[in-house]
Amino acid sequence: MKKFLSFIKKEFLHIFRDVRTLIIIFGIPIAEILIFGFAINTDIKDARIAILDLSKDATTQQITNKLLSSGYFMLETHLQTSDQIEEIFRAGRVKEVIVFEQNFAKRLEAEGKADIQLILDASEPNTANILQGYTSNIIYTYVNELNNLLPQNIVINSTVRMQYNPGMKSVFMFVPGTMAIILILISALMTSVTITREKELGTMEVLLVSPLHPTHIILGKVTPYLVLSFINVISILGLAYFVFGLPIKGNLFLLIAECLLFIFLSLSLGILISTVSKTMQQAMLISMIGLMMPSMLLSGFIFPVENMPDILYYISFAMPPRWFIEIVKDIMIKGSGLQMVWEETLILIGMTLFFIAMSIRKFKIRL
Amino acid sequence: MITVSNISKQYESVKALTNISFSINDNEIFGLIGPDGAGKTTFMRLLTTMLLPDNGLIEANGFNTVSDYKKVRNIIGYMPGRFSLYQDLTVEENLNFFASVFNTTIEQNYDLIANIYKQIEPFKNRVAGKLSGGMKQKLALSCALIHKPEILVLDEPTTGVDAVSRMEFWQMLKRLKMKGITIIVSTPYMDEASLCDRVALIQNGQILKIDTPENIIKSYPKYLIAVNAKNKYKLIHDLRKYKNSSSVFAFGSSVHVTFKNNNTDIDELKNFLISEGNVEIDINIAQPDIEDCFMELMKAEKNE
Repeated sequence: MKKFLSFIKKEFLHIFRDVRTLIIIFGIPIAEILIFGFAINTDIKDARIAILDLSKDATTQQITNKLLSSGYFMLETHLQTSDQIEEIFRAGRVKEVIVFEQNFAKRLEAEGKADIQLILDASEPNTANILQGYTSNIIYTYVNELNNLLPQNIVINSTVRMQYNPGMKSVFMFVPGTMAIILILISALMTSVTITREKELGTMEVLLVSPLHPTHIILGKVTPYLVLSFINVISILGLAYFVFGLPIKGNLFLLIAECLLFIFLSLSLGILISTVSKTMQQAMLISMIGLMMPSMLLSGFIFPVENMPDILYYISFAMPPRWFIEIVKDIMIKGSGLQMVWEETLILIGMTLFFIAMSIRKFKIRL
Repeated sequence: MITVSNISKQYESVKALTNISFSINDNEIFGLIGPDGAGKTTFMRLLTTMLLPDNGLIEANGFNTVSDYKKVRNIIGYMPGRFSLYQDLTVEENLNFFASVFNTTIEQNYDLIANIYKQIEPFKNRVAGKLSGGMKQKLALSCALIHKPEILVLDEPTTGVDAVSRMEFWQMLKRLKMKGITIIVSTPYMDEASLCDRVALIQNGQILKIDTPENIIKSYPKYLIAVNAKNKYKLIHDLRKYKNSSSVFAFGSSVHVTFKNNNTDIDELKNFLISEGNVEIDINIAQPDIEDCFMELMKAEKNE
């Protein structure tokens, strides 16, 4: 045990003495989360909208005024028929179309409720999401004001329709996505590089000749990265929660447990890569091209998996981050419990066991 | 006692070692002498359990290097050919690390490394990557000795080290031998061979000869002379032309010559050289050393 501890101590010394490693481990995750975070939170001003007012009464006029005076929207044009909606979106002239139903004020008066439809160009999902939020908010505030004055409560139902990207797949994706990428980067890339570094410098030779058990060598190399990755998970979640106000609706412990599982998976991948590569460069190339790129492109982080061509869609099944992102999204945003994500969790556990078994098979106790 | 029986090792198409057998006695300094690519490192890696032999068997103090590799790893100290310590750790951290890997402490075996470690102790807080070549080598040796191995394997420890440090290094080895450690050392430097108790001359994966340095020199079969002249290039050229010369090669400041038959007349050779236009000719009978023996054995091997 003492052997093992001094091995881990040595490993931490390596990490803290190398500025570049430190930057990769702590700088990149924070930078990445901040960049993605702020890119998504950019305020939108003067977004062009069109209004299809089938009612043309005082209430719809009031709502329209509220919207336009908010500073977020600029009226491009009034539409006359619903046929024009598709057309104006195609032309790219507006980001949002607001449709008031017929007899809006009358219904509101008689039944206490009326419908507004918000149609958004979701080919830019982030913008669409933010605009929808603004619009709903303004309508909600308006309804609240009215309710304070009126004896009986009224309701305005706004139905949202996302044009072109109905699932709004990349909304709030950045946290689960970056988390997956960062964990792969640190756990898989860094461990595979640090193990191959020993091979390249010839120190592996000395370690192998020592009575140190090969399992200890590997565990000793991996443990510090487990700790560091875990610190990163906590800081990413912290940033997401406190800086960007991303909700964590589900159980925090379940979320952290799933993150740990994914760290284990990445570490075992890193070990596997290190057992098949002889030099640091080779390990880096395999991790970068064979792991990072597909993880980013095929996991649903950047492109929604549902929109992929069939072949890529099936390939994405083999991408660990794909399942991880799904789990994190479900827990954080939908508040799901384990009963909702057990399938994905089982897939990740299976993958981890597979990679560990492969690494044990491939690890050489000799040169 | 290390016994090597019928060991062969092949890398893809290259034969590194071909059916070699010999034994190394306890408490001796055993030298592996041979040019680069002769198979020295391969043998050391087989002995230190880093490689598996294609054929044959090595036993280190009774432990099979294949089946008992864990036990062998406990009794062996290994210093690979290139500097294999952590360059970003300090001298002290390196030593402490290797000590704890072998379940020991610097203090416990301090008497063994004291002599060597004292010389690098003033630099104990310097990172190993910033040490000079000789210092690195001393640190590596300390690390290889930290667990008091029964067998010490050193792969070309003196390559790239200055002459003074080399001499110091061999004195250290002599002292370690006194403490009962069996030392196997490889070197491409022929002059270091005479410092070993026994040497094996290796060439192309085969052992040409194993004996004490004295016996190897004694058994040198030929009559050897050292020739000097003003223009050495011309001298070598002319000596090769001489009808009775067998081998001619530059050796230090002179040229060593052997003959096809051992009763060659020196005066006749001198006259021949004068007639070819050499000046300031000086001919002496030379004492052969290991390098001469090695050249001769290599030549004999080639002719077979």
